[in-house]
Amino acid sequence: MKYTLKKLSSMIVTLVVVSLCVFLAFNVLPGDPAVRMLGLEASPELVEQTRERMGLNDPLLVRYFRWFFAFLHGDFGTSYTYSVPVAGMVASKIPITFTLGIYAFILTVLVSIPLGILTAKYENGLLDRTITVINQVIMAIPPFFSGILITFVFGMIFRLFTPGGFVSYTDNLKGFFRYLFFPSLAIALPKISMTVKMLRGNLIDEAAKDYARTAYSRGNNTNGVLYRHVLKNAMIPVITFLGMALADMVAGSIVVEQVFSIPGISRILLTSISNRDYPVVEAIIMGIAMIVIGINFLVDIIYRIIDPRIGIDE
Amino acid sequence: MAKMAKNNIKKFIKDPYLLFGTVIMGMVLLMIIVGCFWMPYEPTKMNAAEKLQGISLKHIMGTDNMGRDVFSRVMYGSRVTLMIAIGTIIIGAGLGTIIGAITGYYGGIIDEVVMRIIDALFAFPSILLALVIVSVFGVGWVQLVVSLGIAFVPSFARIVRGEVLRCKNMDYIENARLIGVSDLRMIFVHILPNIKGVLASSILIGFNNAVLAEAGLSYLGVGSQPPYASLGRMLSDAQQYMFTRPSYVLCPGLVIVLMVLGFAFLGEGIKRWK
Repeated sequence: MKYTLKKLSSMIVTLVVVSLCVFLAFNVLPGDPAVRMLGLEASPELVEQTRERMGLNDPLLVRYFRWFFAFLHGDFGTSYTYSVPVAGMVASKIPITFTLGIYAFILTVLVSIPLGILTAKYENGLLDRTITVINQVIMAIPPFFSGILITFVFGMIFRLFTPGGFVSYTDNLKGFFRYLFFPSLAIALPKISMTVKMLRGNLIDEAAKDYARTAYSRGNNTNGVLYRHVLKNAMIPVITFLGMALADMVAGSIVVEQVFSIPGISRILLTSISNRDYPVVEAIIMGIAMIVIGINFLVDIIYRIIDPRIGIDE
Repeated sequence: MAKMAKNNIKKFIKDPYLLFGTVIMGMVLLMIIVGCFWMPYEPTKMNAAEKLQGISLKHIMGTDNMGRDVFSRVMYGSRVTLMIAIGTIIIGAGLGTIIGAITGYYGGIIDEVVMRIIDALFAFPSILLALVIVSVFGVGWVQLVVSLGIAFVPSFARIVRGEVLRCKNMDYIENARLIGVSDLRMIFVHILPNIKGVLASSILIGFNNAVLAEAGLSYLGVGSQPPYASLGRMLSDAQQYMFTRPSYVLCPGLVIVLMVLGFAFLGEGIKRWK
């Protein structure tokens, strides 16, 4: 309980630091948002009225708190370019980006953990060597390039999916997941390699420790030692890594969405950046940051459940 | 001495990571260095008669949609990519080392506060940080270097802090303290040289990540601007011609992969070198 509270408070600190950074970054800019909204030819009175209405005349800190609490209530501000609430603009896009990240995460877990165990079990065997080499190469391929390669190989040569033929989840849920399979594979591939490498190393290190030998001498066979004793300890750092990887994958889907022309958050974010539509950029960045921070918090909690020793001596 | 050198060379050749890493990096660096003095064609010179050509003796990587020689563009683009990576590492490793050394050495309240902020930054995906900076300060390679550099500070700060904490209580530091060595000299003369191995391998791994991050952001169009494109930018321009002329996409992509692979192998090799 004390541990949870401690993590909760550190999560709130992180949230405040990150939101303050994002808010300040967009608010110390030269240029008046009211002018930007009304155009350069607006009369000074109108600009002043708009500034008052937008609350721009208040001190920075007041504006920060107002923005932050409005954000927590789901009010993300109004787009400069389209003059519509940001929440409405992004609402239909968030599920797509989020699904993509989670999908990639599930693929990573499903593929990397069995592979990690397998390579560690047959250390230095043919399978292990082959996978180690493949891993090194995959880690060097940026997700968007593997996305391009996947489109080329699976989309054009094998015709397993239609490049650019995105199906919305409102039309056809099955088609939606089918289309997202390859993009999420592109996001997941480097993470799979890293996880396999990490799990393999941890398993081999743990298996050399005394307690593993004790477990052997008590009559366990290899599988018994592996699954009942070694795996649990070897998984602990992997879980932290997977948590960070999930956060990374949600953010990394921005790039891969562009490759597969998926109408997620990415397109709005990039056009808003080039239009200097700050409320939209602010809201999307904060939204992703909040998801990431939330994931990190969950990982800390799960971590504690797996390894109760954590946090006791602190 | 000669024997030691010989042993080292033997050890070097036997280590596949160092060997492959050096060979790959050597090839990429050779291409970049040659590209500084000589390129087969002007990288921005368009030629309407030779659009989207395949691999040939005249254009060893073919030509792009504007008839520009892809190999010359790759030579130029890998230079841009490497420069951005170097800038990123100078900022990231420089600031990170200073922050890590100070927080680790002094501890106390500075350590608590700074590390909290570092942890918060660490949890923040670097691509988002870069997008914030780019959207505030505009698009360009300077902004990209600064934003990637800042994004790389937390990992270096953490590594250096951990190492400084490990060294801080060793006997030779205690002895130096008894002699009355100043704090600054202690950090820079006595502690930092002892963690250079760890730092070197994290710098190489940092290079590897910097190249990947640069490529991703340039692919999104927020990095270096055309006509002087980096490798990532070339890929985003090339993507739509993937089906008509695959070599235009594959060649820049493969150079990125080689670059990352070279840095990764060297980093891994140095980590194992003991």
